Amino acid sequence: MIVSVIAKLFNFRPVLTALVGIVGFSLSGPIHGEEYVEWEAEGLAIPEPLGGLQGDPQRGKAVVIDRDRGNCLACHLMPIPEEPMHGTVAPPLNGVGSRLSEGQLRLRIVNEQRVNPNTIMPAFYKRPDKYHRPHPAYKTTVLTAQEVEDVVAYLMTLK
Amino acid sequence: MTKWYMQIVPFALLMIPGSLFALEPQSSYELLSEELKQMQDDDFANPGMATVDRGRELFQKPGFNGKSCASCHGDDGEKLDPERIAAYPIYDEEHGPVTLQSRINQCYAYHQEEFPLLYDADELIALETFVRHRARGEKMNVDVSGPMREHYEAGKEIFHTRIGQRDMACVHCHETYAGQRLRGQILNQAQINGFPIYRVTDGNIMSLHEKFIGCYGTLRAMPYEPGSQEYIDLEVYMSARGNGLPIETPGVRQ
Ligand code: HEC
Ligand code: HEC
Ligand code: HEC
Repeated sequence: MIVSVIAKLFNFRPVLTALVGIVGFSLSGPIHGEEYVEWEAEGLAIPEPLGGLQGDPQRGKAVVIDRDRGNCLACHLMPIPEEPMHGTVAPPLNGVGSRLSEGQLRLRIVNEQRVNPNTIMPAFYKRPDKYHRPHPAYKTTVLTAQEVEDVVAYLMTLK
Repeated sequence: MTKWYMQIVPFALLMIPGSLFALEPQSSYELLSEELKQMQDDDFANPGMATVDRGRELFQKPGFNGKSCASCHGDDGEKLDPERIAAYPIYDEEHGPVTLQSRINQCYAYHQEEFPLLYDADELIALETFVRHRARGEKMNVDVSGPMREHYEAGKEIFHTRIGQRDMACVHCHETYAGQRLRGQILNQAQINGFPIYRVTDGNIMSLHEKFIGCYGTLRAMPYEPGSQEYIDLEVYMSARGNGLPIETPGVRQ
């Protein structure tokens, strides 16, 4: 059944183009096979780095820009003027590193729905089985634990 | 440091259920560039008209029993009532909700004694484009009272459910943030009064259920099949949600 649906999907020429065509979000891109790391929130923050990993702000910036990864610019205005077309869906992230603590930033990236259940913002690191009907090629968290930490490290530089 | 509950205050407003605000339906046409608007408005420039013409040919082509759609509905479909077309999907005791495309397929099978076609077969999309085009300008008017209600509610539920690894629901982009920019693109309300639409980027006509599959793909979600109960329910909900908008088939889109 699943196979037949996929086969069917790829029979639809216009559909294929549509998958790739939509602004900002494309279906292509690397998939990671990393083991999921459990995390715990205290209030509205995750104080401990995921898996005890250390983030790198330079890599974090790249993840934020990458349309297949963070794609944060689809919704947020950010101080990255070299990238065109930032979205107006979400509040600007300029200065967010002084507004929120590291732990608060981590929860927002991992699962903003803990802060606001109705938010449009995707959870970038919730338990993979908590995503509803993911395409078989995407049954993982959006970001790896390392990428989450990299993004946290980058946002902390936005003072 | 601010108290944790202070962080929630700004979001409290966002949590007021969207249903408290009635959505004023707006056709995606309103958000098109001048160039695309003109293309859609001008029958000689609208590339979707080629599909209307192909639909007309099929409409006049005799089926297995020698009858064509035109034999019963008039050469140019003039005996079809635009008001009835704008009322689809309708509820029918025997089949439940029936989309316009399923209705055409029923006629094709029962009245022309052909094997029914697969949902979203090219021929059906062309026939649907032709038939809907006949009702251009007619206001969508789908009745979701009575037994249809259940399907409307099921479709609404799908519209409001987060799907896929992208973890968003239709309602987020097409209602909560309609009018805002996602990257460079202004989000429309996903009104379906222009369907089937002609897509300039891939140079082809696209049916509604194909568009649904496209959106599922964008959200990295497992799509349903064209003509599935889920997509039919979604069509029921989204049609009624756009009641009052004029049919624009064939719409032209980027
Ligand atoms: C689909 C749109 C969308 C995407 C993509 C998105 N966000 Fe958000 N984000 C929002 C919205 C909307 C809010 C506002 C609060 C809410 O809705 O809960 C928000 C809030 C935030 C906040 C809290 C801001 C504050 O001032 O309190 C942070 C931090 C944040 N996002 C970071 C990110 C990062 C980092 C990424 C990329 C990895 C990202 N967002 C991707 C929509 C998005
Ligand atoms: C033998 C006659 C016959 C043929 C051939 C026929 N139909 Fe029909 N069609 C009908 C009848 C009868 C109805 C039901 C009208 C009603 O319910 O009042 C109908 C209903 C419809 C409707 C719904 C309109 C409404 O009022 O609800 C559409 C659209 C339609 N047909 C399209 C087609 C197409 C397209 C074809 C060719 C593939 C076709 N029909 C072939 C007899 C026919
Ligand atoms: C991330 C934001 C986003 C989400 C979530 C989303 N869409 Fe869309 N949708 C878009 C954008 C952007 C367009 C316009 C560009 C295009 O058609 O490729 C669009 C176009 C559409 C259209 C065509 C409207 C027209 O007039 O051209 C329909 C119908 C639609 N979406 C249905 C849905 C459905 C159903 C869902 C939920 C399963 C959904 N969308 C989820 C962003 C989104």
